[in-house]
Amino acid sequence: MASEAVYTHRDPMLKKRDDFEDILEERRNSSDLRYALRCYIPVLYKELTPCKASELKSMVLQSDQLRYVINQLQQAIHEHPVVLLPSHRSYMDFLLMSYILYTYDLALPVIAAGMDFMAMKFVGEMLRMSGAFFIRRSFGGDKLYWAVFSEYVKTMLKNGFAPVEFFLEGTRSRTCKSLTPKLGLLNIVMDPFLKGEVFDVSLVPVSISYERILEEALYARELLGVPKPKESTSGLFKARKVLSEDYGSIHVYFGQPVSVRSLAQNRVDRCQFNLIPRHIPRKPGEDIHSFVNDSAYRLVRAQEENMVLKPWVLLASLLLQNHHQMQVAEQKQGMALDELTEQAVWLRDLSRQYGAFLHWPDHVSPSEAVSSSLSLHRGLVRISEGRVQLALEQAGGQTRPGEPCSAVTPEEELLNQAVIILSCASYRNQALHIFLRPALLASAIHTASSSNKQEVYNSFSFLRNMFSNEFILCPGATVQDFEEACYLLVKTGVLQINQQEFVVTERGHRTLGFLTRMLDPFLQGYQVVCRFLCEDATEGLTEKQFVPAVRKFIIRHILTGRLRYTEVLSSDLQKNSLAALLRLGAVQKLKGGEEQGTLKVNKVMVNSLEDTLGGKLPTQKAVVARL
Amino acid sequence: MKWNGWGYSDSRFFFNKKGQAEFTGRRYRLSGLIIPGLKDWFESTFGASLQHKTPATVSPILNSSAVQPPTLNEAFVEELKSTGIPLSHDAEDRVFRAHGHCLHEIFALREGKFGRVPDMVVWPNCHNDVVKIVELACKHNVCLIPYGGGTSVSSALECPPEETRSIVSLDTSQMLNESGYCTGHEPDSMEFSSLGGWVATRASGMKKNVYGNIEDLVVHVKMVTPQGVIEKSCQGPRMSTGPDVHHFIMGSEGTLGVVTEVTMKIRPMPEYQKYGSVVFPNFEQGVACLREVARQRCAPASIRLMDNEQFKFGHALKPQVSSIFTSFLDGLKKFYITKFKGFDPNRLCVATLLFEGDREKVLQHEKQVYDIAAKFGGLAAGEDNGQRGYMLTFVIAYLRDLGMDYYVIGESFETSVPWDRVLDICRNVKARIIRECKDKGVQFSPLSTCRVTQTYDAGACVYFYFAFNYRGLSDPVHVYEQVEHAAREEILANGGSLSHHHGVGKLRKEWMRDTVSKVGMGMLKSVKDYVDPNNIFGNRNLL
Repeated sequence: MASEAVYTHRDPMLKKRDDFEDILEERRNSSDLRYALRCYIPVLYKELTPCKASELKSMVLQSDQLRYVINQLQQAIHEHPVVLLPSHRSYMDFLLMSYILYTYDLALPVIAAGMDFMAMKFVGEMLRMSGAFFIRRSFGGDKLYWAVFSEYVKTMLKNGFAPVEFFLEGTRSRTCKSLTPKLGLLNIVMDPFLKGEVFDVSLVPVSISYERILEEALYARELLGVPKPKESTSGLFKARKVLSEDYGSIHVYFGQPVSVRSLAQNRVDRCQFNLIPRHIPRKPGEDIHSFVNDSAYRLVRAQEENMVLKPWVLLASLLLQNHHQMQVAEQKQGMALDELTEQAVWLRDLSRQYGAFLHWPDHVSPSEAVSSSLSLHRGLVRISEGRVQLALEQAGGQTRPGEPCSAVTPEEELLNQAVIILSCASYRNQALHIFLRPALLASAIHTASSSNKQEVYNSFSFLRNMFSNEFILCPGATVQDFEEACYLLVKTGVLQINQQEFVVTERGHRTLGFLTRMLDPFLQGYQVVCRFLCEDATEGLTEKQFVPAVRKFIIRHILTGRLRYTEVLSSDLQKNSLAALLRLGAVQKLKGGEEQGTLKVNKVMVNSLEDTLGGKLPTQKAVVARL
Repeated sequence: MKWNGWGYSDSRFFFNKKGQAEFTGRRYRLSGLIIPGLKDWFESTFGASLQHKTPATVSPILNSSAVQPPTLNEAFVEELKSTGIPLSHDAEDRVFRAHGHCLHEIFALREGKFGRVPDMVVWPNCHNDVVKIVELACKHNVCLIPYGGGTSVSSALECPPEETRSIVSLDTSQMLNESGYCTGHEPDSMEFSSLGGWVATRASGMKKNVYGNIEDLVVHVKMVTPQGVIEKSCQGPRMSTGPDVHHFIMGSEGTLGVVTEVTMKIRPMPEYQKYGSVVFPNFEQGVACLREVARQRCAPASIRLMDNEQFKFGHALKPQVSSIFTSFLDGLKKFYITKFKGFDPNRLCVATLLFEGDREKVLQHEKQVYDIAAKFGGLAAGEDNGQRGYMLTFVIAYLRDLGMDYYVIGESFETSVPWDRVLDICRNVKARIIRECKDKGVQFSPLSTCRVTQTYDAGACVYFYFAFNYRGLSDPVHVYEQVEHAAREEILANGGSLSHHHGVGKLRKEWMRDTVSKVGMGMLKSVKDYVDPNNIFGNRNLL
């Protein structure tokens, strides 16, 4: 049992981890009947139980002194309205939160869930009974809907009937990267404080990390354009097979409650609400908007920081990088097991230095840790002749066992491989927030025309700006991020700064190489999207047509060998890059009339962005200024 | 009068040898009585103990050598002497007029610390005397600070430390004569404050529902300014002659001149007076009831709603009862309310009422108000509770002096707020006080209580009491000021006003610009610049 492991107390991170508690232990030791009798919402838990037992090897609940934090939460609920903000990676999130709060006799939260869940027969009802209420995914124009909905949430908060729970990211992240936070609900829950209707509101970021995600392959397919199946109960039952597999452990970390009052201190002038009756809804002003936005980023970053990383996350990163390198060199696929282990240990130490909350089983030898991780994810990796490689060749046969292999076109084969690659990438993505800032700096050093600090900064700032739809980068924090990246790289002996010049140390090349390779798929992806817009985009391309068209373009490129990163096929990346280009004004979306949603491309600008991304053009001052 | 505490020298609270509280003197209803509940309330509320005393470090007799010698403008003094107006530069007279009743002012006096005090005190007897004084002050460039009753709680009487000219305190308190009518204006400080002071601070009295606030009571004002005398030509009850010049005077806080004559409305003494009280199960219901009373415009001369803490505070001031019968009745009442009616003793709150007028109308009015209260779950709780509530406001300042003998410091402050925000402001400001005290290292939980003390069509005046035990703090006054500052910010953030009737003075000056806008500030400044270009009335209040 992971929680029983003996850790040294030198590392505060380990100390933090010591406090995990296995909340299923009791459950495993008691009979089902006794357990069923404990439930006071039997429908929910009867359904849930069979899933749980087979699905979870261990489930671990963490906090600084578990009881203490639970008490703190209890107290927080008692003192001020509490808003729980879990990360959203799986359907399971809903049930897990309610389950944990129920286990610890805390008030069950009311949960804002997407409308589409309600359509699921049994499960919708189950979610509702566990406290969910359903909201439409978008209700931009419907004022009445908005009014009723926001009043419901505010009433819950003001009267303190129950904690409110919703997902800052708005939807499940298919890529395991945190999504740019949505502000609507956060606005609603902050409103009662800003208008003085409650003294304070406590926001609790909750990080739920899955060792293996239930929807892993489903997400990859969705990203590749196989449409998301309508949420249906029969679909869930068909998917029962997956429940008999081993999904490793789930970590739930309740972060420190954040008081909205202290966030707003010296930030928001609450007097602005004095002159208008508070029941009249008003669009939040610029200052409120930026306050809520900043808070949202802060909370998402808090979620990220408390995400537990498993060894597999590091292995997936290494295997992906290796896969692409081998592809270029056209060498034998795969990596020797002992080499992988060596690299994993190196990366483990590096990520710890960068502050990763890594759950590496220190009580077993590294090779054991590696092989147990690999066996958990045996759908994604193959071990043959002592070499580890991504399970690409079998991918086709596995998904369609009935069909003869000859029917598989190169395109289909590519898509089947992409499922595996994207699944792996989603695990790699879990570690991105650890390496993101140093990686941006590494890439900036790589692309900048000189190693002058200012040049590198310009380049860094360009990349950061370019990727701010892709990763969680707090708006307006470029300088802090740059300094954080410099600090980490200098601290780990990768860089030295001599008189405003960056000098890469001898042993720094390995780290820098790893970091640039981490970001490279994204760089290439954005470039290829730019190239598509310059070369291949037809006149009158609409936003809806964009993803299919760019996908075709990319498939062509990959098949002809001009692009090596299969993961660029992810529609998430394509949409994010379009959003970035729209934000930068390189592409415009026409509004109104017949041309609604048509994209108008500024080819000169897109071209220059592409070149800058590829390091062909220096980060011009002009470009930076325009950004 | 005390020079380092509130009120008459003969009236004060103390704990006798048995540890029971007593109030000395014979001026008040409580005078000479034993108040058995006060000690327990005091100890349990503040965590204070009678063992831990902090008596004033200086004796009741003022040590004049500790006061700075006066800076006199000889030419001014010479000319003034020739007019025959009484004057003094005696240390005691000067110290007495150097302060109001803010906590930090009294605390400093008790420790025998004196900052800048006026260099001289003059006592004009009539309008013409004032005209002469102001003329001479202009001629010799002397700073004048008008003084009324010295009950200010806005640091308005503090001498600006940066003032280098000779400061003359112009005491107007002797200029009022009695004549057997009533004006109906009864601020809590009315025994000590002065008419000129009421006008200069835009005061409010507790019976404003019948008689009005000062701006409703004043018919005519005469003020002496460095530019000459300002007054109206007639006593018409209302005029449409541009902005009312009286409103430059009311609330000018001594920055423009000296109010020398005020014509006020007077009313016959009321034939009949009756106190009353209503208990509500909680504060929310109470506020709803007061709002309904305001909506129906049937508020009695005074209606106040005390929260639970203040109700308990008032209860602790119950004097010892003489007969077993009354104590039995009290017990029965308590049983009825808490057990039979199910009111939670830690949530219930009480409204105190005062009716005035002819007997028949008072009784009718009373019924109307009790009927409204019943709709909000209110139970009539007798005259006695009501009267005690009002007594609390007259003795609260004496109680503060008692607290200061035992490590407890406190203060009151007020605001006005629209009806829909009354509950929110009460909750948030009280919570903010408690949180700030905790953050600032106060070891004991503070008393943080409020009452809705006046009702208007559009809102209410809310009055906060805040006190804490400062044992373990090195600079209690500073902590106190930080907490009060935070509380005021909270008030403003919750839609409350900067002040309902205490005024701005120097204490709340920093928020004036936000309160009246930049243009508003400019308007006030330009009036000051025209009326008093050399800043003769240099107390630096308000602007």
